[in-house]
Amino acid sequence: MRTVLRYLVLTALAAVVLFPIYITVVNSLLTPGQIAGRPPTLFPTHPQWHTYSTAWSQGHLGRYLLNSFLVTIVIVVGQVVTSIAAAYAFAFLEFPFRRTIFVLFLATMMVPFEITFFTNQATVVQLGWYDTYLALTVPFLATGFGAFLIRQSFLAMPGPLRDAAELDGAGHWRFMTKVAVPLARPSIAALAVFSFFGAFNQYLWPLIVTKDERLRTVQIGLRYLRSTQVDQINVTFAGTVLAALPLFVLLLLFQKHLVRGLTAGAVKG
Amino acid sequence: MGTQQATDGRPPGSEEHPAGAQVEVRGVTKRFGDATAVSNLDLDVAEHEFLVLLGPSGCGKSTALRLIAGLDEPDAGTIAIGGHDVTDVEARDRDVAMVFQSYALYPHMTVRRNIEFPLRNRKVPKAERDRLVGEAADALDLADLLGRKPSQLSGGQRQRVALARAIVRRPALFLMDEPLSNLDAKLRVQTRAELIQLQRRLRTTVVYVTHDQVEAMTMGHRIAIMSAGVLQQVGPPAEVYARPANVFVAGFIGNPPMNLLDGTVEVGGTTLAVAVGDARVELPPALASLAVSTDARDVVLGVRPEDLTVDPSAPLRATVAVVESLGHERHLVCERPGGELVTSRVTGDDDLPAVGEELGLAIRAEGVHLFDRATGRRIGP
Repeated sequence: MRTVLRYLVLTALAAVVLFPIYITVVNSLLTPGQIAGRPPTLFPTHPQWHTYSTAWSQGHLGRYLLNSFLVTIVIVVGQVVTSIAAAYAFAFLEFPFRRTIFVLFLATMMVPFEITFFTNQATVVQLGWYDTYLALTVPFLATGFGAFLIRQSFLAMPGPLRDAAELDGAGHWRFMTKVAVPLARPSIAALAVFSFFGAFNQYLWPLIVTKDERLRTVQIGLRYLRSTQVDQINVTFAGTVLAALPLFVLLLLFQKHLVRGLTAGAVKG
Repeated sequence: MGTQQATDGRPPGSEEHPAGAQVEVRGVTKRFGDATAVSNLDLDVAEHEFLVLLGPSGCGKSTALRLIAGLDEPDAGTIAIGGHDVTDVEARDRDVAMVFQSYALYPHMTVRRNIEFPLRNRKVPKAERDRLVGEAADALDLADLLGRKPSQLSGGQRQRVALARAIVRRPALFLMDEPLSNLDAKLRVQTRAELIQLQRRLRTTVVYVTHDQVEAMTMGHRIAIMSAGVLQQVGPPAEVYARPANVFVAGFIGNPPMNLLDGTVEVGGTTLAVAVGDARVELPPALASLAVSTDARDVVLGVRPEDLTVDPSAPLRATVAVVESLGHERHLVCERPGGELVTSRVTGDDDLPAVGEELGLAIRAEGVHLFDRATGRRIGP
């Protein structure tokens, strides 16, 4: 009985979460008139598949998606590499002001993006990076959160492993690459997935540091699509579905890592 | 890397077994904050020796081992391995291997990869690596387990993998930090014997840390006993048992432990005796002359349980509190009038006194140990 109740609640919650996604897909297949009609149409009887080709060709989604992927991959790789390096230093090296510097790292997590927004934009402009891929990627190549997440996972490693590796002749580099990183894989995968989603979904930052259309990412492309296809709202919906598709596939592939990363350390593995 | 390399220029994983290195520890002190973990330690380990560092937990024995390994740096003193001062040499360049209490196997690597790891780090060629891993695996009966991960092994098997990883590169010095304490009692006895055989076969020098005196007595050529960071006594097991250097060693070595009774030296006519409460224990002539030559009048009288026998006429009176039967021997735990507990070990099938019965306890003259109560030091040979 409890199980039935639990599944009822979970089903209801899932429906609430999935409904906007469902309605986006449905709207992409309706005519603009059907979308505007009341009561809303919840199932497309005559699916308008052409909306997808229109969105792809007229919205230049291919180019935008490519840009998004390029920028996202650079950011993910950058964040993972710098986070591992910083986390390793905080977890295994002795240096002056280690604690203080780590607290400063953590403090960056508490400063909202909006506060540094205009300063960063000004910096990027002064560096001459306006309207370049550098502006889209470099400011995001390191995160305090990543260093924190992976440091936790390094610290959770049994202490004698470092001693054993030291006696086995492994220096810091060998220990990091052969022991520490493989053991921290769940956390690293989780960081990669988080940073992928964050980078892929960026909107405001790419908008203010680029004006060249060839540099624009897919989220901005969607807005552009919307403003050019005002009379065809269904095409915008189709573009939205196309833009979300890569994330959806990624989620399916990395779901396990995502959950494992969130619960890493909670259960003895 | 400060001074010389400890490896003697010998290529890693070279063919011949290295002569086990000797170890010289001179005046080594290690502090953690205000606490002194190891205080002015002087210790020599001979080539091919199996030396056991024994003491209760927190006595500094594991710290001493880590200092020899190079995992911690001493605040004072020097350490030499194989005649080379390695005080400033990194742990990985000291040519030592260590087996940890928790085994410290790399959980994501197979058994083969674990054993191979020290060789890969030293860039040993693959063919050579395979041969050495094969030998180590054969020596420790791991050949069938090479493809498994540590999580798929039993405690005893993990322990053998840790040993294989340590022996695979033929270190000059083997350090072991309570390697048997995670095994169950039966396996521990078996592995103890295997470790002794392994050490004889490889002829490496071993420094072995334990808090278990049975391990120490059965495994070590010599035992070094530590307490509160200070080395108390070093010697072969039989000597440490027969002539403990001080009250701490007397009470720590032996099971059940030595009975230690406070007493006062009394001169009575031609003989010397120790008054314990209202009882007088006459000292054997050899010990008596020594006791006279020292100033100490307040002493601790030590008697091993096997040297304390039931004798109705003996002056040392006590009441039986507990009778423990271990099958081949019995322990009588008796309470003295002052509340002190003394233990007598009884073998044979003699009728045992009942709990609550008052009896006399006689001390075998050769079994008397005397310690200065002020310093704790042994009086006599």
